[in-house]
Amino acid sequence: MSKILSAPYVLEYTYSRSTGPVVGRFLESLRYEVLEGVKTVDGRVLCPPLEYDEDGEPTTGELVQLRPSGTVKSWSWVQKPRKGHPFDRPFAWALVQVDGADNAMVHAVDAGKAKRMKTGMRVRVRWADEKNGTIRDIACFEPIAPFISGPVHLDYQVKPGQHYTAYLRGLQEGKLIGGRDPESGKVYVPPRAADPVTGNPTSKYIEVSDAGVLTTFTIIRIPFEGQKLTPPYCFGAIVLDGADMPIYHLISGVPHEDIRMGMRVKAKWKPEDQWETSLENILYFEPTGEPDAPFDSYKEHL
Amino acid sequence: MRDVAIVSFSQLPSVKEIEAADEPELVQPVTSDAMKQVGLTQDDIGFTCSGSSDYLPGRPFSFVAAIDGLKAWPPIRESHVEMDGAFALYEAWVRLLHGDIDTALVFSFGKSSLASVPDVLNLQNDPYYVQPLGLDSISAAALQAQAMIDARKATERDFAEIAVRSRKSAIDNPNAHVKGEFSVEDMLQEPYISSPLRKSFCPPVSDSAAAVVLAAGDAAKRLVRRPAWIRGIDHRTEPHALGQRDLTASLSARLAGEKAGVGEGKVDVAELHAPFAHQELILREALGLGDEVDINPSGGALAANSLMTAGLIRFGEAASRVLSGAANRAVAHATSGACLQQNLVAVLEGQ
Repeated sequence: MSKILSAPYVLEYTYSRSTGPVVGRFLESLRYEVLEGVKTVDGRVLCPPLEYDEDGEPTTGELVQLRPSGTVKSWSWVQKPRKGHPFDRPFAWALVQVDGADNAMVHAVDAGKAKRMKTGMRVRVRWADEKNGTIRDIACFEPIAPFISGPVHLDYQVKPGQHYTAYLRGLQEGKLIGGRDPESGKVYVPPRAADPVTGNPTSKYIEVSDAGVLTTFTIIRIPFEGQKLTPPYCFGAIVLDGADMPIYHLISGVPHEDIRMGMRVKAKWKPEDQWETSLENILYFEPTGEPDAPFDSYKEHL
Repeated sequence: MRDVAIVSFSQLPSVKEIEAADEPELVQPVTSDAMKQVGLTQDDIGFTCSGSSDYLPGRPFSFVAAIDGLKAWPPIRESHVEMDGAFALYEAWVRLLHGDIDTALVFSFGKSSLASVPDVLNLQNDPYYVQPLGLDSISAAALQAQAMIDARKATERDFAEIAVRSRKSAIDNPNAHVKGEFSVEDMLQEPYISSPLRKSFCPPVSDSAAAVVLAAGDAAKRLVRRPAWIRGIDHRTEPHALGQRDLTASLSARLAGEKAGVGEGKVDVAELHAPFAHQELILREALGLGDEVDINPSGGALAANSLMTAGLIRFGEAASRVLSGAANRAVAHATSGACLQQNLVAVLEGQ
């Protein structure tokens, strides 16, 4: 048998439809952003309106205006819309019971993501910009969130005080400045208004090394709001040589599986022409290759 | 009332595409085979009735062209419904009750492969309120499935278990389209098409054709040793608008089942036309079919879904089990419209 012939073929009908007094009135009202339902003889309201109810009774022809909002009775999330769908981005189909109506309307909900969809959720009509007297004069429904935004915006000046100023000035010059309490002899990086043990200001500024011991660390694998780096990355506590308190910074330049407590690390600085009054002058800490510090040498800093 | 029976059934294997057959070429093999099984020719048939939809092949009046698959000269008594062939069987059953003829040929053909069926089926939606939105048939069924989940009548796992069982049952059915051993867990990992429906919870789209011969009274007894007697048959419909129905239950199927007498005896086997997995749960509840009933041993519409034919195939599969003696009392069901709008139920008995 020879190969079966095949060719594309389009079927179109340029029919027009009469709408009648009930459907026609409803569709005409949509042009004016008015949503209406029809009353049935037994006092129910149908939206969208029908000429006859399911009992075969003619509806009364009395149209009542309804709030352009409603409740989702069932829904289906479409991640990949089909060609004929009302959106070309993900959306939901839904049965929406308009407030004041006793039946439900099939329409689309523009919810952005499936997680926002829930049976029982409240939605409002979003009207189409251009109207032509069809059901698509309702562009879609959209979620009504029981929240209003409450943004706060105030302008301040940051003044870090004398100890932090000394610390940040030091960073600007590529130095790590600590403060020593003359009584306890402890060195804090950055310097502090008070040694928490003695209560004295850590008033004697000294430069500490930019190398030290990684005492503990964590690998961050989950994303979170405001995250600047792409997971996974390592964050660690480093006790700098000459200091008695750790600072916290990124650990890099080494495979994550090789990072360990006691590892000797050193600051990797940005190029000098980019130095500011910021700890971001240090990109990260990386291994020095020296032998690990013994546990007893840093255990009091854990 | 006259006793009417199904005496023969023929179908083409359901496949993704029967490329080498137009409508008459689908009709001829199944109608001639159904008649040949009982030694009849078209000249012996009192009434011929078909079910199909012109929108599947996209050819207006394709049902007229389909008659070219029959011997229709000298002229025959003929009718057509724009529905599944099972509803043509209902018309033929009514016609046989007139008493002036003894045999009827029922056939249907579903050439589903020529266009996108979920989009074509939007044309069965309300032309004012729903069609302009482009509601495809999978999304409509998904609204029903989600309503069942919300009503705590089913879970997605239930849907997967029905799909796995159906396609496993279909392994023994040479006419089924999608069959084999599948895993519930794998199905539950499939992406949603329209949530909560995943691909495996939806039917395949198949090409096929089917035919049945009906005979009344003594004619049926002459044609076969053990006719599949139609002891009751009823057809009910619900409102068109999805927003005016309880989608989680089928009052129309329940009423049709009661009128057909489903509950008046033990049901050995039921062939339910549930294209989407969740619809089997609705139908079982509506028809009162318990765990003891063998549901869709053919695999059902989840294993082979030639549109406009899958319902008639349910009747044929149920009848075949009665004709062979494998079952004594069988239920056959067919549906039409979105979300089980129309339901036709019959009880078939070997005695």
